[in-house]
Amino acid sequence: MRMDEAELHDGLFELSGEEGRKKQVRASVPTTSYWKDSWGRLRKNKGAFAGLIMIGLILFLAVAGPYMNSHGFDDQNLEHANLPPKVPGLEKISWLGMSGADIRGVDQYEAKGVEGYYWFGTDSLGRDIWTRIWEGTRISLYIAFLAAALDLVIGVAYGSISAYYGGRVDNVMQRIIEVLIGIPSLIIVILLILVLQPGIVSITLAMVITGWVNMARIVRGQVLKLKNQEFVLASRTLGAGDGRLMGGHLIPNTLGPIIITTMFTIPSAIFTEAFLSFIGLGLQPPIASLGTLVNDGFKMMKIYPHLLMFSSIIISLIMVSFNLLGDGLRDSLDPKMRK
Amino acid sequence: METILSVNNLNVSFDTDAGEVQAVRGVEFDLRRGEILAVVGESGSGKSVMSKSLAGLVPKPAGRVKAGSIIYKGEDITKFSKKRMRSLRGAEISIIFQDPMTSLNPTMPVKKQIMEGILTHQKVSRKEAEAKMLELMELVGIPDAHERAGLYPHQFSGGMQQRVVIAMALACNPEIVIADEPTTALDVSVQAQILDLIKDLRDRTGTSFLFITHDLGVVAEVADRVAVMYAGKIVEIGKTDEVFYNPQHPYTKGLLEAMPDLKLGSDELKTIPGSPPNLLYPPKGDAFAERNEHALKIDFEQAPPMFKVSDTHFAATWLLHDKAKKVALRIEQMKIKEELHASAEEVPALDRTEKLLEIRDLKQHFQINKKHTVKAVDGISLDVFKGETFGLVGESGCGKSTTGRTIIGLNPRYGGEVRYMGEDVRSMKQSELKKKIQMVFQDPYSSLNPRWTVADIIAEGMDIHRLYTDRRKRMEKVHQLLETVGLAKEHANRYPHEFSGGQRQRIGIARALAVEPDLIIADEPISALDVSIQAQVVNLLKKLQKEKGLTYIFIAHDLSMVRYISDRVGVMYKGRLVEVADSDELYENPLHPYTRSLLSAIPVADPHATRSRERMEKAEFVHSEEDRFREVTPGHWLLCSEEEASRHAAGNLAGDRVLTEGELV
Repeated sequence: MRMDEAELHDGLFELSGEEGRKKQVRASVPTTSYWKDSWGRLRKNKGAFAGLIMIGLILFLAVAGPYMNSHGFDDQNLEHANLPPKVPGLEKISWLGMSGADIRGVDQYEAKGVEGYYWFGTDSLGRDIWTRIWEGTRISLYIAFLAAALDLVIGVAYGSISAYYGGRVDNVMQRIIEVLIGIPSLIIVILLILVLQPGIVSITLAMVITGWVNMARIVRGQVLKLKNQEFVLASRTLGAGDGRLMGGHLIPNTLGPIIITTMFTIPSAIFTEAFLSFIGLGLQPPIASLGTLVNDGFKMMKIYPHLLMFSSIIISLIMVSFNLLGDGLRDSLDPKMRK
Repeated sequence: METILSVNNLNVSFDTDAGEVQAVRGVEFDLRRGEILAVVGESGSGKSVMSKSLAGLVPKPAGRVKAGSIIYKGEDITKFSKKRMRSLRGAEISIIFQDPMTSLNPTMPVKKQIMEGILTHQKVSRKEAEAKMLELMELVGIPDAHERAGLYPHQFSGGMQQRVVIAMALACNPEIVIADEPTTALDVSVQAQILDLIKDLRDRTGTSFLFITHDLGVVAEVADRVAVMYAGKIVEIGKTDEVFYNPQHPYTKGLLEAMPDLKLGSDELKTIPGSPPNLLYPPKGDAFAERNEHALKIDFEQAPPMFKVSDTHFAATWLLHDKAKKVALRIEQMKIKEELHASAEEVPALDRTEKLLEIRDLKQHFQINKKHTVKAVDGISLDVFKGETFGLVGESGCGKSTTGRTIIGLNPRYGGEVRYMGEDVRSMKQSELKKKIQMVFQDPYSSLNPRWTVADIIAEGMDIHRLYTDRRKRMEKVHQLLETVGLAKEHANRYPHEFSGGQRQRIGIARALAVEPDLIIADEPISALDVSIQAQVVNLLKKLQKEKGLTYIFIAHDLSMVRYISDRVGVMYKGRLVEVADSDELYENPLHPYTRSLLSAIPVADPHATRSRERMEKAEFVHSEEDRFREVTPGHWLLCSEEEASRHAAGNLAGDRVLTEGELV
């Protein structure tokens, strides 16, 4: 790499002193905080971002959906029983199945002389399925979030105490966890629901009673890894107490795994709730949840497929989008994934 | 000599979220048959990436060879297919990595691991491979190869493990061995043995070694030629003597000056200001210009080409241009003037009357299970005087860090006694004690909570002890501390990951200073830092000591830095203190054989000195029950028997406990 000798005039071979250094403004790295960095990575992950949008949409509908038409969630109207879905605008497209025609092609709305539209159709008691589905989604999500939040609180507290104090405390606490894992959780759940009355609270409790174990184990592992890190030792040499070490140093640095675990707890809680409702241990009518709706629709699946179809689609969507988001979060919250 | 590998204008880049990082920017050199070429540079200089690209190991897809060629036997290996590269790697070009523990498979006997390479690359029967394997193990100096071949890696010591790794690398008689910091994870005495082995292997097998390291002492010891890398470029290359005794590039000069001199105890280390540039935005001219006090104008404008100093010595600096002769002379004169100015200062002698810390028979045993107890610290006694720096040295596992941690109260159960200003620390109020004694930690990356801002990290001690109730006063104090340790006020609201290693260590020091302690225990505070940054941190520690009258216990394995910073030095061996003396006395007149072998193993950045030096073999030392810690001459303590003590006291300094063949293990 020879450059033009003529360009190198004598003036360039002078001491530059401070002036040159000032001219050379060091381009600093755009600094971002941990969360901004993670958000940037998450946004680039198409699946996770789609999941996030889907969750937002479902949450919105779960809140606002029941109020979008005039039907109440347990307004019965036997004359309007078992109507197929009919949506204004979409009714012209015959293959979509939104035209109000049943599986034999008879337009039930005309046959029964029904004015107006039921977007997702009606059930055997003439209740609007659209309203019931979003009502049910709301309750399912409510149970799932409640269960996940309780798991989080118990799991984080249990796991961090177990790891932080270590030794005998850890030993006893871990044996308790092992016993809990050893009992099939379904048995505990069934027994608990038999003892308590089936309802939102008892289902949530039944799920939490074994569900926190997973979280506790993950937090314990993280805290064990962190507690001998030098920044924790430094805090100890400064005289920090247990509360400060846990709240200031250990748990904040475990947030990533905690968030991820919670993200995977939610869909599994929704599924468990649906499963319990489906086998008849769940919520009792007239309260709807996604599980009870599937249970109702399942009985007449062949004649009125719309009863089953919409609720199962929503369950699947919720599960898929939470799993996608959880997966994306796992990648984006892990600093090792940074390139 | 015949050129075996030639690298031309090699450019390697990594695509990251933030943009393209140009890790290697136009590297050119030739590797000749049978030579050891050392590549030195700081972390991030691109030396590792460069060496990995020679073996086709640049992590893809993030990294890629952007331009240039690597010619081996007339072919460009950057163009090779994956399959072809695989057959080349291990057979003709092989690699030795830094940490022997992780480069060996723990579930496989070493025999199998060495044979694996032979069987993959050569068409030989199992029997032949086994014979070759035994031959290799003997070649790398593993005694009783027959019996030990079937053992698993964990049954070998660290040095022996690295020998196994070297045997694996040599399995197929490779032409080139790339050694990527092969001795960094090892203790000094083991390091010396491995370096000897590498030189010996080169002589016997004629293999070329590309030796990557950050340690100039190691380079002086082992290399025939040296290439100095900075910011992804080779700035100077030449024979070892040429580079060490006639350095041309300001960076090379700076690096050599930043090394503490074992012979001279000067008062301030030369440092290179600042830190290496971020290769996301490589600077336009000479990358080193902004850290160079005497940079030329052109350094900021254009990158210098390689200038020829001699037939074998090249350097990329504008100072070698014809037009720069006058300026170069002026810079030399300025430097000499500065030196005269600097050496005028006189350090007042320490007044050693007040004992700050008295340690009596300190024992720290860890019970692993019912049968096994690890005696990490096994009865040490020492005094630390107010205002002095006490250096504690020893190999890894000798208990030096444990001693520090026990003194500061991180291990609450211990035997013996620690007295602070005459008072037993067990009877003192813990919060008071924690304000008096503070600690600076080794790893600048894990010693700061990544979720906290710098201000919160520094103020943690003040928050715990409620020293400042007013938010504004707290912030003022933080700013003041930041300035004390050489950082700017603006840094207060940033997060640790935005800082370089040296800056983080400064933050760690500021955190310790926040509670205004009297004693700071520094646990290997510089061993994770680059040479040019080490000097900055050491100078900072010295400056703070002068200003605040601090007392330090400086724990380290780097003996040359310890001599430089310490007033007195204690040598630990297997949980016991074997020798304590004033640092000059200890280095000039070591009495204990362990101290002597340790001192003889330090790599010195002076090729002539290394060549003429005799090295003592590392040995195991057993102390009997009668051995006590005795003062043999005033201020010089030694773990020995009474008879030996009286001999030393009588002035019979040599001739005692000289290593005989029988004592070698």
